Amino acid sequence: MDMKVKQKKLNLKDRYNLMTRDLDWEPSYQKKSDIFPYLAYEGIKIHDWSKFEDPFRLTMDAYWKYQAEKEKKLYAIIDAFNQNNGHLQVTDARYINALKLFLTGVSPLEYMAHRGFAHVGRQLGGAGPRVACLMQSLDEIRHSQTQIHSMSNYNKFYNGFQNFRHQHDRVWYLSVPKSFFDDAVTAGPFEFMVSIGFAFEYVLTNLLFVPFVSGAAYNGDMAAMAFGFSAQSDEARHMTLGLEMIKFILEQDPDNLPIVQRWIDKWFWRGYRVLTLVAMMMDYMLPKRVMSWKEAWETYAEQNGGALFADLARYGITVPAGWTQACKDKDHISHQAWATFYNYGAAAPFHTWTPSESEMEWLSAKYPDTFDKYYRPRFEHWAKEAAEGKRFYNTTLPMLCQTCQIPMVFTEPDDPTKIAYRESDYSGMKYHFCSDGCKGIFDHEPEKYIQAWMPVHQIYQGNCFTPEADPSAPDFNPLAEVLKWYRMEMGRDNLDFEGSQDQKNFKAWRDLATAN
Amino acid sequence: MTTTSVRPYPHIQKDTVDKFPAPLLYIGWEDHLMFCAPFCLPLPPTLKFGDMLAGPLPGVFGAHPDFAKIDWSAAEWFKSGKAWKPDVNKTLAENGLGHKDVIRFRTPGLHGLNGSCN
Repeated sequence: MDMKVKQKKLNLKDRYNLMTRDLDWEPSYQKKSDIFPYLAYEGIKIHDWSKFEDPFRLTMDAYWKYQAEKEKKLYAIIDAFNQNNGHLQVTDARYINALKLFLTGVSPLEYMAHRGFAHVGRQLGGAGPRVACLMQSLDEIRHSQTQIHSMSNYNKFYNGFQNFRHQHDRVWYLSVPKSFFDDAVTAGPFEFMVSIGFAFEYVLTNLLFVPFVSGAAYNGDMAAMAFGFSAQSDEARHMTLGLEMIKFILEQDPDNLPIVQRWIDKWFWRGYRVLTLVAMMMDYMLPKRVMSWKEAWETYAEQNGGALFADLARYGITVPAGWTQACKDKDHISHQAWATFYNYGAAAPFHTWTPSESEMEWLSAKYPDTFDKYYRPRFEHWAKEAAEGKRFYNTTLPMLCQTCQIPMVFTEPDDPTKIAYRESDYSGMKYHFCSDGCKGIFDHEPEKYIQAWMPVHQIYQGNCFTPEADPSAPDFNPLAEVLKWYRMEMGRDNLDFEGSQDQKNFKAWRDLATAN
Repeated sequence: MTTTSVRPYPHIQKDTVDKFPAPLLYIGWEDHLMFCAPFCLPLPPTLKFGDMLAGPLPGVFGAHPDFAKIDWSAAEWFKSGKAWKPDVNKTLAENGLGHKDVIRFRTPGLHGLNGSCN
């Protein structure tokens, strides 16, 4: 609320300076290097922190008011959605599985982003970036909260939402987004700014939020749409912070360029691998589709991302090392990912299915060069087997990539019939990778990735059972015990959508809501 | 270049052979992408290669209609991507297979569902 004051209001610039740089001080009895211990070891050279231009400065004055207003609107929409039984307005209960994927895979990352920016907001050497990181840290915890609130409505009616936080640290496929963020928050402050401030916010959130939120809207989910739009309006500022930080680092010293380039190469690739989940969501999990992954990649990566790298070219930055392969992969990754979840549909806390004939027609039209030739045969085979009561579940654990931790499902960039195998020898042992990108990341910092918590290996090491489990018992069933440790209920939270409790309840409730 | 850090970085090799009940072997079947990825199996080094083909493998790959048609004497083997000839009468260890080795096989004439590599 504006207060009536006699004095003239300060202008925006003065107010910003008072609220940021004016809060800073020069230490008199402590060394700066003791106060900011992480500023030098990454090799980044900063000569003048005051040159940092804070992208939050123009909106800072209105920040609190806008965020509060957005919050009020969001909760009003969620409330209306709940009161109106909005969960029955979605296209099909299959859609709700996209929310389960988002809640387990993405919302915990928002919380990690909050922690990461809070940490970096303490460690950077200038008041401008410290305040900007603090504000972003607040946004991120808000995103985490609004997402959890928006989706908690579904938890009352559908299975699979109940233990998402417990599962995030344990379930096999969640090690993919988790390891991405663990890698980032255990890096130095400058690498964190490039990994999350730039690669995650810039490269990923466009591809994550715009299609996801449009998908929610297309499928009648007003609650998810509301949090998405609320978050996306913050993402623009977050992207600008990441970009400003990169430009600032590059302008400070020419020695910073090769370090930043290597981080861009690494984090583009790691982020791109996490996006595999989004690709699958768009092409397979939305009953009413917005656009194909391929179209989204062309719009948000090739066009927008291309413009971004053209902008950075004047600093000497080149397109990330894995870019060409990522552009080739756009025809494949969504199909490969969904086939993987179909394989392991007994071990994920959401339902899977084979696409219907009309959905296969859509996929075939969107992927004329690849779907019918490479992917349709396996879905048709699986549909036939399922119709005969022999639904295919893969019960043997897969080989994983040591870096991205995704099962080795990706094919050679120029041959979609051949799995891509890469390996390195390090410290007397072999390590395996799904791509040149993941191998390159490992080879540069092997000590970091040899300690990766690989779900498959951990299961075989016996570390994924509840304390009550007795592996020496004659009827010991390792898969069932692992699911217990995940807190997944066999037959309720997993397996095929066809015949699931979610499917039955949705139909029964909708029939009640639309008939007398 | 090793990992950049403020202090000496700990060497934590999480998946050494001593931590497993048996060494891990990764195994993939070429041209059969219905199985989305190669498999990871802990297998005793004393297991005969032929016994692996007759024992664990049907449980792993048997769901594919091509599996029953495999002529193992004609199968082509690769270790770390290079052509390789296992001896079915020797153990995994005698065949030179160690912890976290990756092998794959190609089955001539069998190229997945209707020849689609699925």
